[in-house]
Amino acid sequence: MALALENIVKAFKKDVVLDGISLSVDRGETLVLFGPSGAGKTVLLRLIAGVIEPDEGTITIQGRDMEGVEPEDRGIGMAFQNFALFPHMDATDNIAAPLTARNMNKTGIKSTVDKIARMLKIEHVLHHKPKELSNGQKQRTALARALVGEPDILLLDDPLRNVDAKLRFEMRLELPRLLKDQNATVIYVTQDYKEAMALGNRIAVMNVRGIEQTGTPSDIYLTPANVEIARLFGDPVINLLDVTPFQAEGGVQITLSGVPLTIDAGYLDVVGRDCIVGIRPEAIRFVDEDSAEAIPLEIETETPLNEKTVTLGLTLNGREIMVSRPAGTPGPAQGTGFIAVDANHIHLFDRTTGQRIDPQASPAAKAQGAT
Amino acid sequence: MNTASPLETVLRGIAITLVILFFMFPIFWIVLMSFQTNATILQVPPSISFVPTLQNYQGLITGQLVTDTSSLEIKFMSNLFNSLFLSTASVAVGLILGVPAAYAFARLKFRGSEDIAFTLLSFRFAPPLLVLLPLTIYFQQLGLANTYAGLIWVYQLIVLPLILWIVRGYFEDIPADIEYAYRIAGHRWWTTFRKIALPLAAPGIAAAALLAFIFAWNNFIFALVLASADKQPVTVGALAFITASGVQYGQIAAGIILSIAPTFALALYAQKYLVEGLSLGAVKG
Repeated sequence: MALALENIVKAFKKDVVLDGISLSVDRGETLVLFGPSGAGKTVLLRLIAGVIEPDEGTITIQGRDMEGVEPEDRGIGMAFQNFALFPHMDATDNIAAPLTARNMNKTGIKSTVDKIARMLKIEHVLHHKPKELSNGQKQRTALARALVGEPDILLLDDPLRNVDAKLRFEMRLELPRLLKDQNATVIYVTQDYKEAMALGNRIAVMNVRGIEQTGTPSDIYLTPANVEIARLFGDPVINLLDVTPFQAEGGVQITLSGVPLTIDAGYLDVVGRDCIVGIRPEAIRFVDEDSAEAIPLEIETETPLNEKTVTLGLTLNGREIMVSRPAGTPGPAQGTGFIAVDANHIHLFDRTTGQRIDPQASPAAKAQGAT
Repeated sequence: MNTASPLETVLRGIAITLVILFFMFPIFWIVLMSFQTNATILQVPPSISFVPTLQNYQGLITGQLVTDTSSLEIKFMSNLFNSLFLSTASVAVGLILGVPAAYAFARLKFRGSEDIAFTLLSFRFAPPLLVLLPLTIYFQQLGLANTYAGLIWVYQLIVLPLILWIVRGYFEDIPADIEYAYRIAGHRWWTTFRKIALPLAAPGIAAAALLAFIFAWNNFIFALVLASADKQPVTVGALAFITASGVQYGQIAAGIILSIAPTFALALYAQKYLVEGLSLGAVKG
């Protein structure tokens, strides 16, 4: 294990930012810390970097307890969200900072800096001061500085936040390869779920309460731990509707606009409980009026999004529903349409706690489902 | 300014000229006086036309004050040297003590840091006359009265709080992330202080040093009480021009010109740094 955090507590004055955070990252793994601002992601990175000390808990890097270890001795590279370039040094000296610290000779520094600069396509601005660099160049310079020392652990604090959309898109494609080449253990902080999905071997979803779920990108997408995570991952956003499952002849059912939908029999335990059902827009398809389980939908607008078309509609109860279908497939553009929901791809959450409810795979439930 | 009408331009020019005249006139007058004899200065009505003389400067530089009735020895040049030495040494000591202290107050949050910083500032509140009497007694007991070391020490009352508070503000303006980034890159605390914090706060340090130098240079009361003739700076030394046979206005004027010259030159030189400021754009706002 390259990095382990155990029960980290950090408060500023009386404001508790991190309360019992535990996390571990394997060697060579890219872990994305995903969450809204104010969740304490940056604080967590700073604790790992050693520029602030935790109030409680232990940080272990490569099996070594980091208590009292200065930032310069931790073998870390870090790219700051605000770049934090040295304003009085040109880009070369900025990038070379980790090398000068090791007393590398001048020719060695030059060739190493040139190499990383070519890789990040900033070799033509190496003699510029930070104020003469564009945001994209600043960001690459900061990234180069973090990478150049080939640190064991790389901390990237939302490095694409302050760059324009085009560059962000390019970097989202380039970064995974770059990070893989480095063979470093990476912690990547972001607020952008697409970045999280694109870059992470694993994602840790963090909010003010702490780390809510850790898993592979597909784990997070397919089995979100609570309503909030379900809403954060996915574009267009997941449809969330209040339902109360009930027992019927066909098994456990929920009603959508008066039309019953049979769901997994493992949900027997939650019959009668107030729930929220989450249905991804791509788990809904348009069907003919006369097909079974067809739910009427008043079409509001249709938005083509390159590879898919998103339709916003209103149910009979006036609730908004989004339906996503591959671009080019037929669907109603206006008037009343009919939809069917894929019962295997719904998510059920407790309405009071917001926590995910998984179907029970108990024999009793299975037997019930079979009847 | 393209929208300004010709009338506006002219009026603005006149206004600026008036302001400059108002502020520069005393200096201009002193420059004129320094080239006149006491007799021409005191003539009524005063006249701008006169035969310039260098005798005032000559007298100051040679140390022989020649009046109408007598000749008097005056130590103006040694006073000037004292001023230069005392101010420079005070600012140097103030920087050596004040800059690291300012960094500590800006970056480290330790128990009572605000109280200590405020106490240091409060030295500036006390009227010098209030502390002078006890200070004089202590200095005499300690053997510090009439020594350069003693004066430089007392001058820290003026210089240190100034440097500390100005430089602290500049250190606080440096985003901590920049220093963190240098530390994480593998540099020691001390290297980071020298290579990052000091260069970035340099304009502030220059401004503080310049102000402190001017304040130290202009100090009168501490030097008057704590220094005897051979340690006196020009501010105190100027008293010698009030002689039994009258006030030597010409020499006073020449003395003023000579004594403001160093601070004036320093201010002109440091202006570049003062204006440059912290427009560095390292961190995205």
